[in-house]
Amino acid sequence: MTKRLLRALATSAVLGLGATATYAAECIAPANPGGGWDFTCRQIGKILFDIGQVDKPVQVSNMAGGGGGLAFSHVVNERADDNELIVAASQATATRLAQNAYAGMTADQVRFVGAIGADPGVIVVAADSPYQSLGDMVDAIKADPGSVAFAGGSAAGGFDHLKVLMVLKDADFTDITSVKYIGVDGGADAITQTIGGFTQGMTGDMSEVVGFLQSGEVRALAVLTEERVPGFEDVPTAKEQGFDVVAVNWRGLYVPKDISDADFEAWGAKLQAVADSDEWKEAMAANGLAPFTKVGGDFQSWVDGVIADTVDLSKEIGVIQ
Amino acid sequence: MDLLANLALGFSVALSPFTLFLAVVGCFLGTIIGALPGLGPSNGVAILIPLAFSLGLDATSSLVLMTSVYYGAMYGGRISSILLNIPGDEPALMTTLDGYPMAKAGRAGDALVLSGFASFFGALFATIGLMLLAPILSRIAYQFGPAEYFALYLLAFSTLGGIASSNQAKAALASCIGLGIAMIGLDNQTGMPRLTGGNLHLLDGIDFLVAIVGLFAVAEVFIFIESHGRGSSIGVKLDKVTLPVRELVRGIGTMIRCSVIGFIAGVLPGAGASLGSFLAYVAEKKWRGGESSGFGKGNPQGVIAPEAGNNSAAGGALVPMLTLGVPGSGTTAVLLALLMTLNITPGPTLFTDRPEVVWGLIASLLIANFVLLAMNVPLVKIFVKILTVPAWVLLPGVMMISFVGIFSLTGSYFDLLLMIVFGIIGWLFRKLNIPTVPIILGILLGKHMEDALRRAMILSDGDWTYLFSSGIAIGLWAFAVLGFVAPLFLRHLIKKPQAVSD
Repeated sequence: MTKRLLRALATSAVLGLGATATYAAECIAPANPGGGWDFTCRQIGKILFDIGQVDKPVQVSNMAGGGGGLAFSHVVNERADDNELIVAASQATATRLAQNAYAGMTADQVRFVGAIGADPGVIVVAADSPYQSLGDMVDAIKADPGSVAFAGGSAAGGFDHLKVLMVLKDADFTDITSVKYIGVDGGADAITQTIGGFTQGMTGDMSEVVGFLQSGEVRALAVLTEERVPGFEDVPTAKEQGFDVVAVNWRGLYVPKDISDADFEAWGAKLQAVADSDEWKEAMAANGLAPFTKVGGDFQSWVDGVIADTVDLSKEIGVIQ
Repeated sequence: MDLLANLALGFSVALSPFTLFLAVVGCFLGTIIGALPGLGPSNGVAILIPLAFSLGLDATSSLVLMTSVYYGAMYGGRISSILLNIPGDEPALMTTLDGYPMAKAGRAGDALVLSGFASFFGALFATIGLMLLAPILSRIAYQFGPAEYFALYLLAFSTLGGIASSNQAKAALASCIGLGIAMIGLDNQTGMPRLTGGNLHLLDGIDFLVAIVGLFAVAEVFIFIESHGRGSSIGVKLDKVTLPVRELVRGIGTMIRCSVIGFIAGVLPGAGASLGSFLAYVAEKKWRGGESSGFGKGNPQGVIAPEAGNNSAAGGALVPMLTLGVPGSGTTAVLLALLMTLNITPGPTLFTDRPEVVWGLIASLLIANFVLLAMNVPLVKIFVKILTVPAWVLLPGVMMISFVGIFSLTGSYFDLLLMIVFGIIGWLFRKLNIPTVPIILGILLGKHMEDALRRAMILSDGDWTYLFSSGIAIGLWAFAVLGFVAPLFLRHLIKKPQAVSD
């Protein structure tokens, strides 16, 4: 046992030395290995090298803490002009920035390069639910807000909660604090509660519901994307049902604020190359992501819009003042 | 044929050379920990959890290691019971009743071999039971909403406090202290800090591992310092180890009966291995003809019965722990802590969400059983040797492992101080005969229980009758009340026998 421990220490020492000796681009995953941000860094990093966009393998470092806040503060305070640095980001980054969960830091302290894939938001009901469309459900809530309770994998005020509220806002329903939402431990738990009839709807990501959709235990009322998701063509979008809401858990990158515009453009071009590659399409298919490519200035303004909307909603339900 | 496919998946995980190696190491360490007086399975697992993390093992590997330690400790507990008349852990208490008289009569070897086989049989029975029963239990997941979960957690507290303890008021007090500790930190719903006194270290709440190591391991050392190592010398010599075939064959009926009893006792949330061995012994004594049976005077069946019972209960206790997230005993409470730290939430969805974890665990339990049989029958002499390690070597080692383990886990000196505080609390509570397991349970389940209650209140608009709105919820409430109150009246009927004083 001691031997193993010593070996582990020795290995990490060697790895540590190796890391400081490399001068390739670095991708910070603001979480422990295994999660979505880690996946983003490792896949993008690998594909960048495989398709020849960088000449040395991208080094991935994990910097977990504060729901991504630790890495954000590190980039803002210590690496603000590092043009060899990219950081994994997702919708959770935007939500937390909007809800002031990064200790006062704001979205304009970094630059968002782009998103190249997304886990689409979905609203599902149990197979035997009386609601056949999103419209049915919204009408029921308008008639009696207490009649439909939602379960989701994020805490109250988190992205899963906000998805429902965005749909209701779009339907001109203003009393959004009266909508019941319980945050449980992850999407699977939320579905279990819905199948069991304790909640009437479940709000989450497409990847969370795939297994249950295929087994026929739940029906998806709507997917919150611009167009129907490949592989799930029978699930209608909220948009085609008359609710102009797009809510996806996008996966992308941000870079430090003070790099030159040329460097920023270069990262955008590289990211676009990854998005267009076959390798990335395979990685997306294997991990339940839908195509969602927005790169450059277009993406920056989109993120700003998402954050502004989140701020408004969060204020309305009292998550922030 | 689902079962076979699942088992195949399990063995594909568990049969990798590294996992097998971990199982052997775990079994060996576990047997030693079980054999050492005072260091029971709960303590053993608690001490080793931080080490498993600092080795950087993945979820399945750490689970295999820890459950091997758990099963090993259940096996090992009998060694010091038989040779020293000191139970290595509470469930092994019943084994002293006939084991020690046998050893004094010069049959220590027979007692160790018979109890080794009984342990094997009981544990094997329980593992198979776990395999068959757990998937069925996991299907009831869809019946469980916030109200049912709240009642279920309540049931865990009340049965652990009721059946497993000797004083309801003290157990209830300990549970409440645990629940209070669980409230420290950020409120899940609003994000506001509670009970932190402005201390940043307390913002994330108190890590249950700090509490477990403090309450169990550190308190153990304090107890030793006070008693100054009395009663640590070997009492009975072990000469030769042979296989008493005739008594083993006669004991098969005993093993089957006691394994069934033990398993049922284990499956009941909160009852656990102590109850299993106790019930098995009492029932077998009745079966064999009460006082005239020679039970308590060195009857080999009196060694077989409690060992089959307590090992079977140990396996049975894994059923509610894995499928409902409710631990059936102190040790499974510690294992629950391990799972939660590994980001695996035991509960009704575990079998569908993480089949590789569950079936890998079950397969490794089967493997551990055979490893343990091999270790505990032919090699039992090695473990007997270890009993001669003086306490002044052993206990500082325990202290050192506790400190290194906790520090490597959290890297915070504050947690070390906290651990010592918990050690002192543990020592005080032992003096006052207040059980410490309910405190752990409170810290572990408190947040979940609170979340369940608050979700129920959101769904029902604050109507408290919602908590009793389904048959399952009412049933759980009834069992919870019964489990807590009934032992008050039954206590004089089933008196726990004390260890024989020599």
